[in-house]
Amino acid sequence: MKALTAGITIILNASLMAWTVAADEIEAVLHNSFVAKNQATMERLERDAVQTACSAPRGMPLDNDMLAALREERLNAVVLPADGQYLGDWQRGAEVATNGRGLQSSDDPTQPNGGNCYACHQLAPGEVAYGTLGPSLTGYGARGQSQAMLQYTWTKLWDTHAYNLCSHMPRFGAQGILTEQQLKDVMAYLLDPASPVNQAAE
Amino acid sequence: MKRHHLGLTLFAAWLCSVPLAADDGVFDQYRDLMGDDNPAVFVIDEGEELWFMPQGPESATLEACDLGLGPGVTAGAYVRFPRYFADADAVMDLESRLVHCMTTIQGRDLEAVTAKPYSLRGDFGTEMEALVTWLAAESEGATIAPEQTHAAERAMYSLGEEIFYYRAGPHDFSCATCHEQSGMRIRLQALPDLTSHTGAAEAWGSWPAYRISQGLVRTMGWRLRDCFRQQRWPELQMGSEASIALQTYMAVNAAGGTMTAPGLKR
Repeated sequence: MKALTAGITIILNASLMAWTVAADEIEAVLHNSFVAKNQATMERLERDAVQTACSAPRGMPLDNDMLAALREERLNAVVLPADGQYLGDWQRGAEVATNGRGLQSSDDPTQPNGGNCYACHQLAPGEVAYGTLGPSLTGYGARGQSQAMLQYTWTKLWDTHAYNLCSHMPRFGAQGILTEQQLKDVMAYLLDPASPVNQAAE
Repeated sequence: MKRHHLGLTLFAAWLCSVPLAADDGVFDQYRDLMGDDNPAVFVIDEGEELWFMPQGPESATLEACDLGLGPGVTAGAYVRFPRYFADADAVMDLESRLVHCMTTIQGRDLEAVTAKPYSLRGDFGTEMEALVTWLAAESEGATIAPEQTHAAERAMYSLGEEIFYYRAGPHDFSCATCHEQSGMRIRLQALPDLTSHTGAAEAWGSWPAYRISQGLVRTMGWRLRDCFRQQRWPELQMGSEASIALQTYMAVNAAGGTMTAPGLKR
């Protein structure tokens, strides 16, 4: 696994040569333009392989082999729930989906992070304040609870790049934004037939 | 600061009387309803007074300040920003240019004038906010036309574009995450596509703006800082190269649009 990662890093560096010089400059500029504040430390400006590969301005030619290898690496790194249980409590999941706080310099780090699903997705049809950057997930539970569906949905929440490299969605599991239990609760919010996501609007 | 409460009260009363729309149209209607009654008018007056007020060890006004069109010329100056200034050998936004004039002409201490450029919730507005608001109003109705003749100005645009797409932080957010598509929104808040002329012109042309929810005028520098807070990044500094680069990216994409600031926002 380590060898694979190292290999990908080398390919990545080679393919990014065209904007590596600029990338160094940008990092220096950012270093001089931002100041750490509370939990938002300067280390957050350093990019990992996914962030670097996905920072190409629109229209920039991309190395598809490198991107495919990176996506494969992300898929292999997904951690499924240790006890094999994917579904938690949909009511708690609703709170996670609504809560937009967490990891901002202005947030209390002792409080749990939110998933802020509603910022980008439509979920329960009764909630009108939903964003449109992501697809509507209303009625998501109709897809059923097969093992394949559970694993697919978990993976999407854990690390969206495992399926769709350079998706706009945060990596809620891989980046430690949500806990395993919170992810299970969101899974239930999406898939439980009793969840408002899967009920007709009142 | 009675005017702040008046704005909030009017807004709350009016909001209760209309059905909640799933787009920003409701706020457009509110803007129309307010007509010319933008509470920013009080801040414009304050900014003008501050421009002509002797301050600092030199007891000088800012009338000798060159905003690019010659010392003391304020009409139409804001729409040419960000731009290169030979006396500082740097591309500057309006905020960093004002800091330059406060330190060089008025002799004021750099740390003192940059300590708190943007007010916190519940504060009165700052000197910087008032000056920027007045100077934006001095360009109201003018065509957005940032300088791109000097090589440093063009390099600043390219740098801004790179930073716009730079993904970082625990959520992997860049500016592009929210601002490279048209017709999208977060919750109910419409998001301008800053890569398009239309979106950039609408956004660049409407800041500084009076924020009804905060009872304060906010500048574009503050808007960028608050975006990065939500991106989970560290704090963007006023007048920093990244801030000026992103403003150059927006202003150039907005070129040809009309300056309507100070705007009115939720």
